[in-house]
Amino acid sequence: MSEIKVLKERPQPEKKIGRHVITVKVQHNFGVLARITGLFAGRGYNIESLTVGRTHEPNIARITIVVEGDERVIEQIIKQLRKLIETLRVRNITDIPHIERELALIKIHTENDRTRDEIMRLVNIFRAKVVDVSTDTYTVEITGDEDKIEAFISLIKPFGIKEMARTGTLAMVRESATTKVIMGERFD
Amino acid sequence: MKKKRGADIVVDVLIHEGVDTVFGLPGGAIMEVYDALFDAPFRNILTRHEQAACHMADGYARATGKVGVVIATSGPGATNLVTGLATAYMDSIPLVAITGQVPRHYIGTDAFQEADVIGITRPITKHNFLVTDIKDLPLILRQAFYIARTGRPGPVLVDIPKDITQQVAEYYIPSDEEVKESLPGYNPHVEGNPVQIKKAAELIRKATRPVLYVGGGAILSGAAEEVTKLARLTKIPVTTTNMGKGAFPETDPLSLHMLGMHGTYYANMAVYHSDLLIAVGSRFDDRVTGKISEFAPEAKIIHIDIDPASISKTITVDVPIVGDVKNVLQKLIKELEEKPVEWVAARENWLKQIQEWKEKHPLSYRKSDKIIKPQYVIEEIYNITNGDAIISAGVGQHQMWAAMFYKYSYPRQFLNSGGLGTMGFGFPASVGAKIGRPEKTVFAIEGDGSFIMNIQDLATAVQYRVPVKIAIINNGFLGMVRQWQQFFYDSRYASVCLSVQPDFVKLAESFGAVGLRATKPSEVREVLAKAMEINDRPVLIDFVVDREENVLPMVPAGKSYRDMILTPKQKGEAETMYLVG
Repeated sequence: MSEIKVLKERPQPEKKIGRHVITVKVQHNFGVLARITGLFAGRGYNIESLTVGRTHEPNIARITIVVEGDERVIEQIIKQLRKLIETLRVRNITDIPHIERELALIKIHTENDRTRDEIMRLVNIFRAKVVDVSTDTYTVEITGDEDKIEAFISLIKPFGIKEMARTGTLAMVRESATTKVIMGERFD
Repeated sequence: MKKKRGADIVVDVLIHEGVDTVFGLPGGAIMEVYDALFDAPFRNILTRHEQAACHMADGYARATGKVGVVIATSGPGATNLVTGLATAYMDSIPLVAITGQVPRHYIGTDAFQEADVIGITRPITKHNFLVTDIKDLPLILRQAFYIARTGRPGPVLVDIPKDITQQVAEYYIPSDEEVKESLPGYNPHVEGNPVQIKKAAELIRKATRPVLYVGGGAILSGAAEEVTKLARLTKIPVTTTNMGKGAFPETDPLSLHMLGMHGTYYANMAVYHSDLLIAVGSRFDDRVTGKISEFAPEAKIIHIDIDPASISKTITVDVPIVGDVKNVLQKLIKELEEKPVEWVAARENWLKQIQEWKEKHPLSYRKSDKIIKPQYVIEEIYNITNGDAIISAGVGQHQMWAAMFYKYSYPRQFLNSGGLGTMGFGFPASVGAKIGRPEKTVFAIEGDGSFIMNIQDLATAVQYRVPVKIAIINNGFLGMVRQWQQFFYDSRYASVCLSVQPDFVKLAESFGAVGLRATKPSEVREVLAKAMEINDRPVLIDFVVDREENVLPMVPAGKSYRDMILTPKQKGEAETMYLVG
């Protein structure tokens, strides 16, 4: 078959894996969260973190999803989220200036007065808060972006972490910054 | 405001939605609804299995374009719908499934016949609802119909606890406006972007080797007329997926028939060498593309689809147009008519090349006068029905032969489980189709393996005197699996031989249907003629065919069109081809 010649290959998109922050506004209906997590599980997408809560508007919840993947996967995730009947808005805010916050509760072992002082110093530097004290523990509440919490944990680890709970990332676009971006200025 | 039982509200909404037929099977949790259906002014088809009910509603929807309705009880009734719902979901068929649920105060207690139907069907429905308050019942049911038939259609399930169907409440049927307003996040994008449409028109004017690649979306949006107009206006050859069959008449010289794994040589060659591929309501399924990097490697791609998530999912597209196919094609045609080029001259070389391919490798098979070839059976069904019958196929070799050797000329003529590949689909779907389109001859073309998966519903077809014709392509094998084993597993026929099968003729008779059989090629026409005369009950024809016939051409899964297997014993072909036989 002479006409079957090898043609050039169809170009395939690059697979640049990145961390993406996606915010979703949904109707706060029965089962809506299961619908969203089911979508991720069923399609093999990996969620780094997912946080959900009500907004000031009645019957509207807001979800922040942090997910890793290449451009094509992220595009599919966003399109599939938009397809859900209860979804009101989906935004990938990764490249838009935004605020990220996470809350962690960390129960730290306090061996003696010296470690108590050390821990208090770190708590102050990180603008965290001690919310519970016992004879041999401090429980610290800290908020901040993922990096800040990771940094605090790595410094506190040597003292001995007895228990820890983290919320996952919450995110919101900076209003001031979006205005500046529209005006052509970069915000750092 | 009127005061009624939940079950009566269900029936009232069905009447409001113009439902004329429902399919299903009663049980404890749905009994109240069945009690209300007893007086309903529409047909109520009792099936023998909920899966068959779902396929019947699906076949009804595919054949008529209306929303199919299926009703089942809680627990096992609802779980039996799963395969039918997944089938409809993959092929974007509008269905509304109404299931009974245990009373609200029993939910979560592992009550008798309780299952988390919402959880189970979430990934295989377009949307689903659990009714928790009778106040919401009429709105939810109306939302279900609206969601099922608009945008990219699909199945919607409404799960209703028994105490709600029993409860009496005041109600009214919400208006269309209220339904729309109650779904603020659901806004299907119907109109195509005019800039993109202009771009597409420009590419069509410039292309020298264009191909139209038409899928089920064209049928669902009712765009067959527009597809045909566009192809004939611009002289672009048309290939369809098996879901797109009938969107363009296969008797037209511009038709390339089906593409992909079991596509024609010329369709696959045309796509492979095209410089512009216009994908219309099709989703680049892996059975179409094969190896992605070698799919239409030199082509620019225009993709028209109502579902944004279908665009650039597997293949990166140059011109994406999100919108209803019919709507977009109308605008595209207008755009092209405003600034036409010399279409005939522009396509001369390309159409000549395609003609050469067609002559070189037409769809064919080795004929025999000793043993019945399955392809021959399909050709004879085509001849005796003058190409006008609705064909409903199961899944397997017979499905592909039904796709290849019957020429389809109008939309909604070929019904088959394209996406999910559900064995057992063909026969119950044919019953639904015949109920919806009684004026048409309806043939179920089934394999012996596929047919037996929903054989029990012959009783339904007999009970309601649905005169479908069932042609069993009986080769005593799970034929398609056997073919793969022959080609790719060194002919190790692991668990594919159906060595014990019923006597299909006696079986048909025991159900009260007519049973016929052909074992020699000379008998084929005769039994078909007999079958055509019977119009008061189903007829089953057992065609005992060549056991090891293969579906060819074939592009092996994940391979390129260049690896197409053509016909057995064709020496001296390109080395990249598999030589079988």
